[in-house]
Amino acid sequence: MKRVSLVLSLAIVAGFTTQAVNAQTLKTVKDRGILSCGVSQGLPGFSAPDDKGNWTGLDVDICRAIAAAVFDDATKVKFVPLSAKDRFTALQSGEIDVLSRNTTWTVSRDTSLGANFTGVTYYDGQGFLVKKSLKVNSALELNSASICVQTGTTNEQNVADYFKGNNMKYEVIAFGTADEAIKAYESGRCDVFTSDVSQLYAQRLKLATPADHGVLPEVISKEPLGPLVRHGDDQWFDIVKWTLFAMLNAEELGINQSNVLEMGKSDKPELKRVFGTDGNLGEQLGLTKDWVTRIVKAVGNYGESFDRNVGAGSKLGIARGLNQLWNKGGIQYAPPIR
Amino acid sequence: MLGGQSGWKGLIVQLLFVAALAWISYAIVDNARDNLQNQRIASGFGFMSQTAGFGVSQTLIPYSESDSYTRVFLVGLVNTLVVSVIGIFFATVIGFMVALGRLSPNWLLSRIAGGYVELVRNLPLLFQILFWYLAVLGSLPNPRQSVSLFDSFFLSNRGIVVPSPIGQAGLGAFLIAVVVAVIASLLLPAYARRRLFQTGKPLTVWPYVVGLLIGLPLIAVLIFGKPVHFEIPVLKGFNFAGGSRVAPEFVALTLALSTYTAAFIAEIVRAGIQSVHKGQMEAGASLGLSRGSTLRLVVVPQALRVILPPLTNQYLNLTKNSSLAVAIGYPDLFSVFAGTTLSQTGQAIEIIAITMGVYLLISLVTSALMSFYGWRIGRSMGA
Repeated sequence: MKRVSLVLSLAIVAGFTTQAVNAQTLKTVKDRGILSCGVSQGLPGFSAPDDKGNWTGLDVDICRAIAAAVFDDATKVKFVPLSAKDRFTALQSGEIDVLSRNTTWTVSRDTSLGANFTGVTYYDGQGFLVKKSLKVNSALELNSASICVQTGTTNEQNVADYFKGNNMKYEVIAFGTADEAIKAYESGRCDVFTSDVSQLYAQRLKLATPADHGVLPEVISKEPLGPLVRHGDDQWFDIVKWTLFAMLNAEELGINQSNVLEMGKSDKPELKRVFGTDGNLGEQLGLTKDWVTRIVKAVGNYGESFDRNVGAGSKLGIARGLNQLWNKGGIQYAPPIR
Repeated sequence: MLGGQSGWKGLIVQLLFVAALAWISYAIVDNARDNLQNQRIASGFGFMSQTAGFGVSQTLIPYSESDSYTRVFLVGLVNTLVVSVIGIFFATVIGFMVALGRLSPNWLLSRIAGGYVELVRNLPLLFQILFWYLAVLGSLPNPRQSVSLFDSFFLSNRGIVVPSPIGQAGLGAFLIAVVVAVIASLLLPAYARRRLFQTGKPLTVWPYVVGLLIGLPLIAVLIFGKPVHFEIPVLKGFNFAGGSRVAPEFVALTLALSTYTAAFIAEIVRAGIQSVHKGQMEAGASLGLSRGSTLRLVVVPQALRVILPPLTNQYLNLTKNSSLAVAIGYPDLFSVFAGTTLSQTGQAIEIIAITMGVYLLISLVTSALMSFYGWRIGRSMGA
């Protein structure tokens, strides 16, 4: 089984090597010629293969952007689908270089897993999906309900906290994958399917008649989702972190996929720094001077990626909300490229 | 020549070998701990006393979200053991019945039994688990439209809800009566056999057994009063309140595991019975024994010697296969401990090591029990 083999490789790596897999991820990736990126097993909008087998999604775009920055080729990514509970072991054992799999940033994960979160690609929160025919309007009416959830997520603990906090009874049935959980919900085993709200919208598309199911208004937790890298390689940590920041800065500066080459010729000092026509910020990261151009050319800025994958231009149609830029009413804010 | 030396020399070589092995294992563990520490991956077993903070759907021992991961481990272990033991029981019963059906001279019966074996053992187990769970149990009505019997037993896609017994004044006497009846019923066949050998008169045991098992508890109830009061489940909100419930995850897993393993057991039993020379069957018939008695008294005891070792394998397989439970959300050891606990604590190496150790222990104990049983049979046959 995948899980046991992952743990075994972690045990072997930890047990037999004198210097565990940490430093020089960039060199390893370059030597290998391809980036290994851990993603979900198929979550529309975030990471899912399309009918031609190409991976698309917001989380996928982060990995494509890193590959673009390193190789100037966004196709040089090997996507490794991982279940919620296998994901961290895969990162620890060195099977993947970066984990970009709708993963909630929490203090315990940041400290005890030997990994660092590099930023927040999507500000999410946990919610509930119910059948409209039940005529439930609030999560507070869910006393004694049966709840389907995917195991290995922060959702299991949140649901326990919420129901206990509101003195309500519940029965939670935890499944190995989100697909199994949503199937059991659809068969009527559960009254409620709970997950991060973005996932509720994505999983709802898999139901026979999505319109018969609605998301309740309550958001019971903070779920900032972002990519992770292993402890102990600050250069790689910086690269992954600044890839997202580059996409956010590009949106803020009005740089997009169609005008990136045009704007690259700009004389504005701020833009010259970003595009590397002045200074060598990209090289300080271990990349090239034109790293931002490479990223935006490949996947667009953050707003474009959001729209294409989860926003108005996608089947999910999720509003920007918290994920709007800080100067447009949201909380997405990136440090400047300077 | 290693292992070929005798006396002191051989002993010293073996001791050195064991010492080297121990040193290497220690070095690996030590090195792993250092590396995990350098990468700041949490290690050690301290997490076992932390609060779990998540809910589990089936808990046969008391459990709440504020209990520790040790408690979660025990909850999962009990769930694994329960599904394994019940699965093994039903797999054995169904397996023996199918085997006897397949060997029956009745054409239709033997074909049905043969068809069962070929169908069930050739489909993947995970598929069968999902089939029982989603296609069969999942198509039951929701709790509000559940099928009810006397308004106290309810069948729905949330499982089977039955009235739960609550102990009353007469419970103690009732239980004592049951225990006495059971012990007497177990002793009776031995007495009957002794009488048969001493006096030559056979004694039909079963009417006495039935009389004991029904009569004694009945007398206890008449004298000491009702042993239990039944709490009737009622629909309240989304689910039933009160009563006891058997979850559909448990039912689906038990059904799938026992029917699947039964197909293999049936073939093992058939092979065992056919390995007994047919002269034994004829000898039984010539003594005037019925077909059933010949099978039970002459053939099966000899067949058991062939059956037991592969049967043990099937028991072990069933126990290990129970870890597929996570696909349908049954909270077994693999699901709640090697699943949820692992992802919440991130301590993969420790948790997988504990889980492997537990499965290994369960398997070794099962093997030991079966070997003991085999040894007893061998001894009783004078082999």
